[in-house]
Amino acid sequence: MTTTTIERRSPVIAPSGHPTVRPPAAAHLSDEDVARLGAELDAIRDEVIASRGASDAAYIRRMIRLQRTLEIGGRAALVVASFPPAWIAGTAMLSIAKILENMEIGHNVLHGQWDWMRDPDIHSSTWEWDFVAPASGWRHAHNDLHHTWTNVVGRDRDVGYTVLRMDDSIPWRPRHLLNPVMNAILAPIFEWAIALFDLELDAVKEGKKTRKALNSDLRELGVKFSRQVAKDYLATPGVAALTGSFVPALLATLSANAIRNIWAHAVIFCGHFPDGTDTFTEEMIEGETRGDWYIRQMIGSANISGSKLMHTMTGNLSHQIEHHLFPDLPSNRYAEVAVKVREISERYGLPYTTGPLLRQVGSTWKKVARLALP
Amino acid sequence: MVSPDDEGATAPARENCLVGTLWSKAARVFTTPHHPEDFWALVNPLASARQLRGVVTAVVRETPQAATISFRPGKGWDAHLAGQYARIGVEIDGVRHWRSYSLSAAEGRDPAITVTDIGRVSHGLVSGTRVGDVLFLAPPQGDFLLPTHPRPLLMLTAGSGLTPVMSMIRTLVPARADADVVLVHSARTPADALFREELLETADQFSGLVVHHWFTTERGRRLDLTSTADLDLLAPDWRDRVAYTCGPVEMLDAAEALWASEGGDVRMERFAPTLLPGTGGHGGTISFEKSDREVDADGATTLLDAGEEAGVLMPSGCRMGICHTCLTPLLGGQVRDLRTGELHGDEGELIQTCVNAPAGPVRLDL
Repeated sequence: MTTTTIERRSPVIAPSGHPTVRPPAAAHLSDEDVARLGAELDAIRDEVIASRGASDAAYIRRMIRLQRTLEIGGRAALVVASFPPAWIAGTAMLSIAKILENMEIGHNVLHGQWDWMRDPDIHSSTWEWDFVAPASGWRHAHNDLHHTWTNVVGRDRDVGYTVLRMDDSIPWRPRHLLNPVMNAILAPIFEWAIALFDLELDAVKEGKKTRKALNSDLRELGVKFSRQVAKDYLATPGVAALTGSFVPALLATLSANAIRNIWAHAVIFCGHFPDGTDTFTEEMIEGETRGDWYIRQMIGSANISGSKLMHTMTGNLSHQIEHHLFPDLPSNRYAEVAVKVREISERYGLPYTTGPLLRQVGSTWKKVARLALP
Repeated sequence: MVSPDDEGATAPARENCLVGTLWSKAARVFTTPHHPEDFWALVNPLASARQLRGVVTAVVRETPQAATISFRPGKGWDAHLAGQYARIGVEIDGVRHWRSYSLSAAEGRDPAITVTDIGRVSHGLVSGTRVGDVLFLAPPQGDFLLPTHPRPLLMLTAGSGLTPVMSMIRTLVPARADADVVLVHSARTPADALFREELLETADQFSGLVVHHWFTTERGRRLDLTSTADLDLLAPDWRDRVAYTCGPVEMLDAAEALWASEGGDVRMERFAPTLLPGTGGHGGTISFEKSDREVDADGATTLLDAGEEAGVLMPSGCRMGICHTCLTPLLGGQVRDLRTGELHGDEGELIQTCVNAPAGPVRLDL
């Protein structure tokens, strides 16, 4: 009989006690406070899980139908893209469709938020999104690494995406002078940057990721890349060429992708970089309990306030705090969870960072600019 | 069972399929990373690249507890043979559940299942299904089938066990002048007896069918298969007949024992698994490698239940160790068969997740 050692996927969470150092914003809490806070948040999660049902399923299906209708409508309008109103309508519909597809649908489906429905058409293991970065690589980089090591400098690669200096503790180098320029370039090509980022070239260089794994990721990216490019920059303008609209249609699909990229970049940067969000050191996660893990997610994330439409268009990442506490709860439930989480953070004297989109975007840009200098 | 006519019919179908594939490939250029069917589904509820579906065309109440649900299946369904079952996926509170149901319609007719309300899923189907609803389907399967050559038959059924046999009777009796079928069906009361009127009418109309109902409330006892007395009385020539039996476990076990001691040909369809209590052991952690999930399960919880609970897309079918739809490669660890208590687990072995529980840590290729 052979025995196999099986490595646990989830990080080890201490059953009790406290981390070597508790983050300054939570230093006033005792171990008992933290345990109680953890239990309260667990209860919120259990409540949502127990009440997930037909109306949630109807919500995501409605969202997918809306997105697909917009996508068909947008591409159809672009067939006559040389007619300016068609260009505007087509570009607008396709941009909104791409934003919904990536954010409210793709990101959340890939988090497994809808896996409980056991519908193979809406499942994290079968979903692929309208984004150059293949879903599988993104799931690893995002779900496994970023969500587990949220804002731990040196562990969470999303802190600056390896190209920006986004924390004081990262040693300054002359290349960081280009921080704002890099960020401005990053926004419109965000999907390409993420595709590159998910390859983890830094990990290959350090020997933490094998060449073989990289080659297989590259092959997958190549296939995804050709399909995405063929769809948006050849097939759609190709059909439009029948009405003499090849160039306007090409400009429209380029615009739709750029608009989606700029929007996604803005929303995602508002998640962990605005003023008020904390970063963490290795000592702060050593010996972390469930409650400490929750606290790290709460004080390391920031929300965006706004209307229901705003929340939908951000894929409910405007509820970044709630999303980080409960990454796999259905996104349509974050709004109700947010009310309870906010009350808890006030009661325990923890910061709860939120603000309107423009203020939060301004705040992230200020940080990008400030950290360009030593 | 392929007749020469069927052979001829497949050629144009294949051509259609090729054109369809080319068309689908061309459309995929525009719809990638999604399938053209994902968009086609906006107007056609049966369109799907991943999942066979059917739309409900009729719901007929049979008894206070049972209903017949007829449906029109989408492309990919195979016509059923009398006695077969199909896996049916139904959504309850937003969650997809799969169960196997015998098809009650005659061969060659549109498929229909007759469902008796005995659990959460059957309750949802019986009381919640409306015309126009979409059901998720797997093509018919099962080898509880009529004999290929004409033989005198004895059908021995109880409760909802009549369903596959009803398909056989509907297929055989009106079509064959040489049919010779005796049906002994046990139910609680006449009101609970499925298809009672239709059976009595068919028996009136065709000499090839004789029907004996056994109502347990009237008789004050169940049909007794521990001795031959009841059978001798109801169907004295039962030894000359091929027996088909379907019903509760105790009835099937008794029939199995009786035919084993008396000799003769008996075929049965079992609807429930026979799990040994207390064979589970301590359980363990199950890692679903492709889905990137990990759950702890006790020794009495099947890998299938544990996976579904964790939101993993588990293939499943009969949920009783018969249909092998749930076969999943084992990547590591040991599992215990809850039917026999046997411990097994070779790397790469195909495991029936519906009747096996973890025995220590287990890794599955799912």
